[in-house]
Amino acid sequence: MSTAKVAMTTEAALVLSVNNIEVVYDHVILVLKGVSLEVPRGGIVALLGANGAGKTTTLKAVSNLLHAERGEVTKGSILFDGVEVKSLSPNDLVRRGCIQVMEGRRAFAHLTVEENILTGAFTRRDGKSAIAQDLERVYAYFPRLRERRGSTAGYTSGGEQQMCVIGRALMSRPKMILLDEPSMGLAPQIVEEIFEIVRGLNIKEGVSFLLAEQNTNMALRYASHGYILENGRVVMDGEAPALAANADVKEFYLGVAGDKRKSYRDVKHYKRRKRWLA
Amino acid sequence: MIAFGQFLEVLIGGLMSGVLYSLVALGFVLIFKASGVFNYAQGAMVLLAGLALVRALDLLVANGFPLWVAVVLAIGFAAVIMAATAWLIERFVIGPLVNQDALTLFMSTIGVTFVIEGVAEMIFGSDVYPLRLFPTDAWFLFEGLFPGGILVNKLDVWGALIAGILVGGLAIFFQRTKTGRALRAVADDHLAAHSVGIPISWIWFVVWLVAGLVALVAATVWGTKLGVQFSITFLALKALPVLIIGGLTSIPGAIVGGLIVGAGEKIAEVYLGPSIGGGIEYWFAYVLALAVLLVRPQGLFGERIIERI
Repeated sequence: MSTAKVAMTTEAALVLSVNNIEVVYDHVILVLKGVSLEVPRGGIVALLGANGAGKTTTLKAVSNLLHAERGEVTKGSILFDGVEVKSLSPNDLVRRGCIQVMEGRRAFAHLTVEENILTGAFTRRDGKSAIAQDLERVYAYFPRLRERRGSTAGYTSGGEQQMCVIGRALMSRPKMILLDEPSMGLAPQIVEEIFEIVRGLNIKEGVSFLLAEQNTNMALRYASHGYILENGRVVMDGEAPALAANADVKEFYLGVAGDKRKSYRDVKHYKRRKRWLA
Repeated sequence: MIAFGQFLEVLIGGLMSGVLYSLVALGFVLIFKASGVFNYAQGAMVLLAGLALVRALDLLVANGFPLWVAVVLAIGFAAVIMAATAWLIERFVIGPLVNQDALTLFMSTIGVTFVIEGVAEMIFGSDVYPLRLFPTDAWFLFEGLFPGGILVNKLDVWGALIAGILVGGLAIFFQRTKTGRALRAVADDHLAAHSVGIPISWIWFVVWLVAGLVALVAATVWGTKLGVQFSITFLALKALPVLIIGGLTSIPGAIVGGLIVGAGEKIAEVYLGPSIGGGIEYWFAYVLALAVLLVRPQGLFGERIIERI
């Protein structure tokens, strides 16, 4: 088999490939220092790490929203569905099937739940009846939104707002959703409910997910693959079960100590040693 | 009965001139709602629209076009000018300043004001140009009921009619159309709107275009009333108390605020004037606005700030 053909088949299998990107804010602040990752078509990939590790920046680099915050990809390339992202505007990307659900449930507070969901269909040109059909589909996934369809989104609960923004993203008929911190500030039961819906969308609609999460435990239960970011670098990646079983991941991200409980100082030592080795 | 007749006349006159303030205030509300920018240039945009309209109209009439053809063409020309202005402002002022704070954007619109004023007078001239689009004579109503009847200016009636149609049209545009919904979404959270694929620059162009067209409508009425002249830009200052009373984010608020200011200042002038001295008309609106600020800072119809804690 020729190399060109091999390249083509791997490309078709990947919905997203990020190759060694650097991101600089305000021309001076280097936030990502060479991040690479891949999302297979139809997969759920978790992007893990602490606050400020660069998860959100990575997602925004993909969805091309960095520009609005004075950020810039200075090195590397991002291919979504085989197309270089840099040349596309955020709305081009949404039209091509790559949509971001931003951190912090950014529902439009003064619009009703239904109006919120409908704004997700802005880029579509396939007519009112197709959009109405998809609205029904969204309500089928989130029955709770149907009950609240007429309420002002700003007055709904956190969980309902999170469902609302995921439903809104679905209206664009995405191939991939960049889901940023869906668990933030929500009750564990609601988080579980939302992750179940994500899995359902993944299986039934074939939507791929790149999922940025601090809730490592939850994310690794639903993802097939995970990347761990630290200070703007990928420090570890692998199959989700393998990551969940990894001693370092357990130590730092899952809060499960090994055989004997370590003091905080031990953890710091351990972490520093690991970093030197990496 | 004479006293009541007089009161009615003052009230109606005040309400009608209030509608004219509303027309200017509307432009502010549109832009503030969609981009959080307090557009100081709205008054200058009324001037620009008026100048473009009246100069094109005069030129066409002088070249022998029938009046109604000339009016339609001149309005079309002025609309194109407003569209070009909207595009230039989005492209070179508001677009590059994305994500700056409200004060920066406000300052930039002050700059825009001076540019518009300068360029408009350079191109179209700086005289007072009379505009005769609407009848300006008066009706006398209820002559049977009140001695002498109630004097109502026809221009004011036209103004009220046009404002009504405009508000109805805008309400439908905002509530029922896809672009209107996108506009409200951008107003709430422009980055989130960006993330769902709403092209911000296009939306801002549309907002400034709509505000420009509202300015054009205001210019037809105000131009007929005062003549198209430089002092029209100061209408922006009269719109300020209207906005504070009605609420910066509410279209019905702009109308009701205008009515309150218009009626309030006329009634105050006529009934309080003799006892505390004249000239109340000039400051009454600002005192009213101050009172509203103390009691209800978001204005009578302004959006409550929704914040989850």
